[in-house]
Amino acid sequence: MKGDGVTREESPTKRGGFAAVGHGIDRMRDWWENAKVWQRYLIYIALVVGALILPAPAIGTFMSPGSDWTTVLVYPIGTYILLAVGLNVVVGQAGLLDLGFVAFFAIGGYSVAYYGTQFGWNYWATVAFGIILAAVSGVILGAPTLRLRGDYLAIVTLGFGEIVRITANNTDEIGGARGIPGIPHPPPIFGTKFLIDPAPYYYLIVAAIVLVIIFSVRLQKSRVGRAWAAIREDEDAAELMGVPTFKFKLLAFAIGAMIGGLAGGIYAGKAVFIDPNTFPFILSATILAAVVLGGSGNLPGVILGAFLIGWLPERFRDFADYRILIFGGVLVLMMALRPEGLLPSRRRKAELHEGTGGMGTMGAEVPGPDTDVSTTEAAK
Amino acid sequence: MSTPVLQLDNVTMRFGGVVALREAKISIAEGEIFALIGPNGAGKTTVFNVVTGVYQPTEGQVLFKGSRLDGTKRFKITKQGIARTFQNIRLFHNMSALENVMVGADAHHRTGAVGATLNLPWHRKEEKRGRELARELLDFVGISARMTETAKNLPYGDQRRLEIARALATDPRLLLLDEPAAGMNPAEKEDLQRLIRKIRDSGRTVLLIEHDMSLVMGVSDRVAVLDFGQLIAEGLPHEVQNNPKVIEAYLGVSEDAS
Ligand SMILES: Nc1ncnc2c1ncn2[C@@H]1O[C@H](COP(=O)(O)OP(=O)(O)OP(=O)(O)O)[C@@H](O)[C@H]1O
Ligand SMILES: [Mg+2]
Repeated sequence: MKGDGVTREESPTKRGGFAAVGHGIDRMRDWWENAKVWQRYLIYIALVVGALILPAPAIGTFMSPGSDWTTVLVYPIGTYILLAVGLNVVVGQAGLLDLGFVAFFAIGGYSVAYYGTQFGWNYWATVAFGIILAAVSGVILGAPTLRLRGDYLAIVTLGFGEIVRITANNTDEIGGARGIPGIPHPPPIFGTKFLIDPAPYYYLIVAAIVLVIIFSVRLQKSRVGRAWAAIREDEDAAELMGVPTFKFKLLAFAIGAMIGGLAGGIYAGKAVFIDPNTFPFILSATILAAVVLGGSGNLPGVILGAFLIGWLPERFRDFADYRILIFGGVLVLMMALRPEGLLPSRRRKAELHEGTGGMGTMGAEVPGPDTDVSTTEAAK
Repeated sequence: MSTPVLQLDNVTMRFGGVVALREAKISIAEGEIFALIGPNGAGKTTVFNVVTGVYQPTEGQVLFKGSRLDGTKRFKITKQGIARTFQNIRLFHNMSALENVMVGADAHHRTGAVGATLNLPWHRKEEKRGRELARELLDFVGISARMTETAKNLPYGDQRRLEIARALATDPRLLLLDEPAAGMNPAEKEDLQRLIRKIRDSGRTVLLIEHDMSLVMGVSDRVAVLDFGQLIAEGLPHEVQNNPKVIEAYLGVSEDAS
């Protein structure tokens, strides 16, 4: 618990390379923390400009020789990033394991598809409604389950993801196994029409990502983010310091769900057709892998993780047969060599090296579900 | 007589076969420094846990300023004005000292997700006030120089003081300190004694669990002694000190407790 050296503890032999990268990142982070406002804005502008010229064909021929680069940027890459930022609120910020995140993606997608085709609602109304539906279902899922911890929560959320998919599969009203074809595209914005050309969708998704990042950062720096961090580190202590832990966990679930719903709405607006197989469990797992691989809790890391997980399989289509194998191998290697992810936040990294956030005891007491007798004794 | 700040009314706490508290009666008046002492395993921390809502008493009730507490959610008890520290330090280890205290200050804040995401004016005001309060409190407990340091990197004594600052940030009427001097050196203990008085003088009531007798005798107005979950003595410090039952309780366990 009080081991000061723990955070930096790295065995030089096998982690030399990683450690060097780690120090570089640390130095960048220090610079960033002390950077002036105009310097930060310069970086923001550079990043946005970078995102806007990313679809350029010159970049595309290298990044994705086998398929249309802009299309790849919308899905999987952009969609994964949006989903990962949403899941990061739940997993990275509040520290709750959610294995059924795809459910909210599906709810957003089905809202756009169903209300757009059956009732002819305006596209944006269907997106907004999908976001609300996702939030409500997040709360419905969270209310009974967020009192559970760790493994139990993971299992229940996993089940929820499957329930949503199977329900869609068995409900004829929303197309059943056949899905919903003919989903309307978004209406034009500033004269830009949303048709077959993927570029407008790309700009739309970049706008959504930027918006969601701004919200996410603001939350993190506020009372809400502090409450989440406190819950992650020591839930009992947080509650006893006046944090309504249940309410804040539910909030994390709802916000994550809303971002998932937004991603689903945008996806469906481009896809024209969705069916239950668009939302398989493996997508939940993939997004979770992106979050963990990149550095749970740290937005730049999470975005990088989602980018890599979306992009690499497209880039190396030639190895399509071995994709999953390589993917699994890389994940195993990562977890062995750098469990905190590519670009972890300092705090999350420290928490990981401690084993868990907040498993202390309150004297000789409170053997919560996570506390076993040996740690209780040791803490005295 | 005015209503006591805290009153334990025949509180019994059982854990399976273990009776951690047996019909405990404690009454603490406004503005007191009240010490709770007793050998290891006597049930002192259990008193804190019952008061702060960690456990529901098996029998009896807890009254805070005259109204019943048992059944109230933990975070609401804190909001009503009871805050505590922990025997085994339970800071948010990877947050800075300042952030730790700000979490305490947030207990009375209301900004939710909307205020924060839209960066609304009252959210900014609350943030600013919380930050200022946290700075003041770190100064009050004497560790303002370590404001930006990560909690777990603070020396032990400073961690204990940080816990006190975090608890104070919730603006408690009643502050519960669980062995605050544990692990402190004599100079730090002196400081702590002054700090506890300062806290009382700022208008709060203090309930203190402590093994260090010179600290207890030096700082408390009244002392109660627990032994095997039972209250065996209560009174002014020197009365308790010379009570034969108390001496026996301490000598009785000292052989196997060492
Ligand atoms: N959650 C629990 N489950 C079972 N027994 C418990 C629990 N909490 C406390 N006890 C028991 O109740 C008794 C009193 O414990 P408590 O922690 O209140 O003692 P204490 O006076 O604070 O001791 P110390 O000076 O060592 O801190 C002990 O026998 C302890 O083992
Ligand atoms: Mg104790």
